[in-house]
Amino acid sequence: MGRTLSEKVWDEHVVRSTAGEPDLLYIDLHLIHEVTSPQAFEGLRLSDRKVRRPDLTIATEDHNVPTLDWDKPIADPVSRTQVETLRKNAEEFGVRLHPLGDAEQGIVHVVGPQLGLTQPGMTIVCGDSHTSTHGAFGAIAFGIGTSEVEHVLATQTLMQDKPKTMAVTVNGALPDGVSAKDLILTLISKTGTGGGQGYIVEYRGEAIRELSMEARMTICNMSIEWGAKAGMIAPDETTFAYIKDKPEAPKGAEWDQAVAHWKSLVTDEDATFDKEIVLDAAEVTPFVTWGTNPGQGVPLGAAVPSPDDFEDADEKIAAEKALTYMGLEAGTPMREVHIDTVFLGSCTNGRMEDLRTAADIIQGHHVAEGTRFLVVPGSAKVRLQAEEEGLHKIFLDAGAEWRGAGCSMCLGMNPDTLAPGERSASTSNRNFEGRQGKGGRTHLVSPEVAAATAVRGTLSSPADLTLVEA
Amino acid sequence: MDKFTTHTGAGVPLRRSNVDTDQIIPAVYLKRVTRTGFEDGLFAAWRNDPTFVLNNEAYAGASVLVAGPDFGTGSSREHAVWALMDYGFRVVISSRFGDIFRGNSGKAGLLAAKVDEKVVQKLWDHLDDNPGAQITVDLESRTVRAGEGPDAIEDSFDIDDYTRWRLLEGLDDIGITLSHEDDIAAYETTRPSFKPVTQHA
Repeated sequence: MGRTLSEKVWDEHVVRSTAGEPDLLYIDLHLIHEVTSPQAFEGLRLSDRKVRRPDLTIATEDHNVPTLDWDKPIADPVSRTQVETLRKNAEEFGVRLHPLGDAEQGIVHVVGPQLGLTQPGMTIVCGDSHTSTHGAFGAIAFGIGTSEVEHVLATQTLMQDKPKTMAVTVNGALPDGVSAKDLILTLISKTGTGGGQGYIVEYRGEAIRELSMEARMTICNMSIEWGAKAGMIAPDETTFAYIKDKPEAPKGAEWDQAVAHWKSLVTDEDATFDKEIVLDAAEVTPFVTWGTNPGQGVPLGAAVPSPDDFEDADEKIAAEKALTYMGLEAGTPMREVHIDTVFLGSCTNGRMEDLRTAADIIQGHHVAEGTRFLVVPGSAKVRLQAEEEGLHKIFLDAGAEWRGAGCSMCLGMNPDTLAPGERSASTSNRNFEGRQGKGGRTHLVSPEVAAATAVRGTLSSPADLTLVEA
Repeated sequence: MDKFTTHTGAGVPLRRSNVDTDQIIPAVYLKRVTRTGFEDGLFAAWRNDPTFVLNNEAYAGASVLVAGPDFGTGSSREHAVWALMDYGFRVVISSRFGDIFRGNSGKAGLLAAKVDEKVVQKLWDHLDDNPGAQITVDLESRTVRAGEGPDAIEDSFDIDDYTRWRLLEGLDDIGITLSHEDDIAAYETTRPSFKPVTQHA
C-alpha cells in the first residue's frame, strides 16, 4: 500500500524502532532562540554533555528583542539577561548565532527558510510551537519543550510516537483579495482549536498548489492553532524555485540529487489518510476573529455572534466570556469595530509578500486618526529588502511606524504591547486573553485586512477603500 | 543522573491535598535562565507563613516529602520538580500524583512513590510524634519503611516498571537515547550529502 507524504518523511528519519516504544527520530535541523533554550544548555553543562551536531543547529534572537533602538543595550533587564545568556551559550557550545544587529537576525521561522536551511523531506524542531511553519516545504516540523530541546542538543534525536495522518483538501481557487490567512482562519473556525490534535496534516488540492511559498508558510504556521502536531505541503516547482540559490541551498550536482529526491515526496495515489477534510476555496471570504481563541472567527462581512448562536454548552460559555473580555456586543457588524492599533508582522505574516501586499493597499492613503499602524518585518533581511524596494517610505508616508525585526507585538515580550482595553487588528496567530499585553483585545486578520483597517480605523477589506478618498 | 536504589532521609509531613504546581513554584520564578537555584521558589507563598511545616526547624534537612492526594496537578512546568530537588528532596510520597508531574519527576530523578492513603496517614502521625524521624524508600523492593518495633511502618509503593528501571540505572531520557548512540552514528552515515548544514569548514 502507498504511503502519505508525512509517512515517507517519517520513515526516512527513524533511527530505531521497537515495538511498545516510541520511535527514535533523527532531527535534521534544530532552531534555537533565547526564551526556551537557557535551561537546556544549563542541563548540558550539569551533565557534562556537548551539542552533538552544532552543524545542524542555528540560533537567533527574536522573542525578546526591541524593535526600536535595537543598536543599544536592551533596556529590560530580564530580556537582556535571556539574550546575553543565548550569546554565551552559543559561544560555549559552538552554535551559529545571528544576534540582534546581524543581517540574518529575525524571527526564527522567517530566518530558516530565507537562509535556504528549510528544505523538503527534513525533520525540523524548535522550542516554539510555530515551528509548524517549515512544513510548507514538505518537512516534518514541530515545536518542543525545554527538556526536548536539551535532548535534541545532546543526541540530535527525539523519542516520538508516530502521529495519525490527515488530509485537508482545498478545491477550487481563492477569490480575488482573499488570502492564505483567510483560508486558515476559516478552516480553524470550522474545526475548532482542538480539531487537529494527534495528526500531522497535509494541506493539498488546487487552491494550495496555487499558493506562493510564503502563503504556504502562513497556512502551515497556524496548524498548531487547531491543535495539529504539524502541517505539511508537498514540495513542487514553486518550492524548488523558492529554495534555489538561497545561501544554504544545495549547489551543482547536489541540487539535482536533492530535487530528484524531493520529487518523490508526494502522497502516493493509493495511500489513505486517517481523516480527511474538504473545503471549497471559492466560499472563503476575508475572515477575522471576534473572540479569544483563533477558532472564534467570522467573515468580515458578518456580525459579532451571540452566545445563543452556539448549541454546545461549553462553546456558549466560552463565547460569553470572550465577548465580555473583548468588549463586544453581539450583533455589531464586524466592519464597525474600531481598531486602536494595527500590527503587521510575526512568523505568520511578516514576510516580503505580506509587506508588499500591505504597502500596495495603503499607498496613497493615510492611517486613520486615532489608529496606530505598526509594521514589523519578520527579519532584518526582510526589513533591508523592503527598504531597497522603498516599501518603508510608503508605510512612513502613510503615517505608519517602521520598526526593526522580531516577534514584537505578537506576544508582547518586548516593549511592543497593547495597553489594557486597547484593541488591535493583528496579522499574528493568537488572540488569547492578554497575549499582546494585559487586557489587550486582539482581532486576527490578513495583511490585506490589516492595511485597509489602518486606513479606515475600523475592520475593513481593501474593497472598502474605494469609499475613502485616496 | 545518579542511580537511585534506596534512600533514607528525614521525612516532612505536608498535610495538604491538591498541591498544584503553581503552589509548588509560582510563575514569577520561571523567568530564570538557569536549571538550578529554584529552591527559594519552592512553596514560596506558603513559606511566608511562619507556621508552615518547612519553617519548623524540627524538620530541617528533610529529603522525603509526605503529601496528601493529588500532588503536582496543574501546569506542566518542569520547574516544580527542579525546585523540590534543589531544596533537597529526593522522594515525594503521596496516594495520587498529577500525571505530568509524575512524568517530569522521572525525567529529573525525583522518586514519586505512590502509596495507599492510609500509609500516608500513618507516616504523617509517625513524623508528628517523632519530628526528624527517618524514612527509608527502597526502589528495588518497592517498599517504604519507618519506625521500629511493634509500631514500625512497612508497606509497598507503586511505580511503573519503565520509570523504576530508568531510576535504578540512573538513566535520564538523554542517557537512554545515548545508549543507542551506535544506532544514531550508523544513521548519520546514511544521510544524503545534499542535506543542509549550518556550519562550513
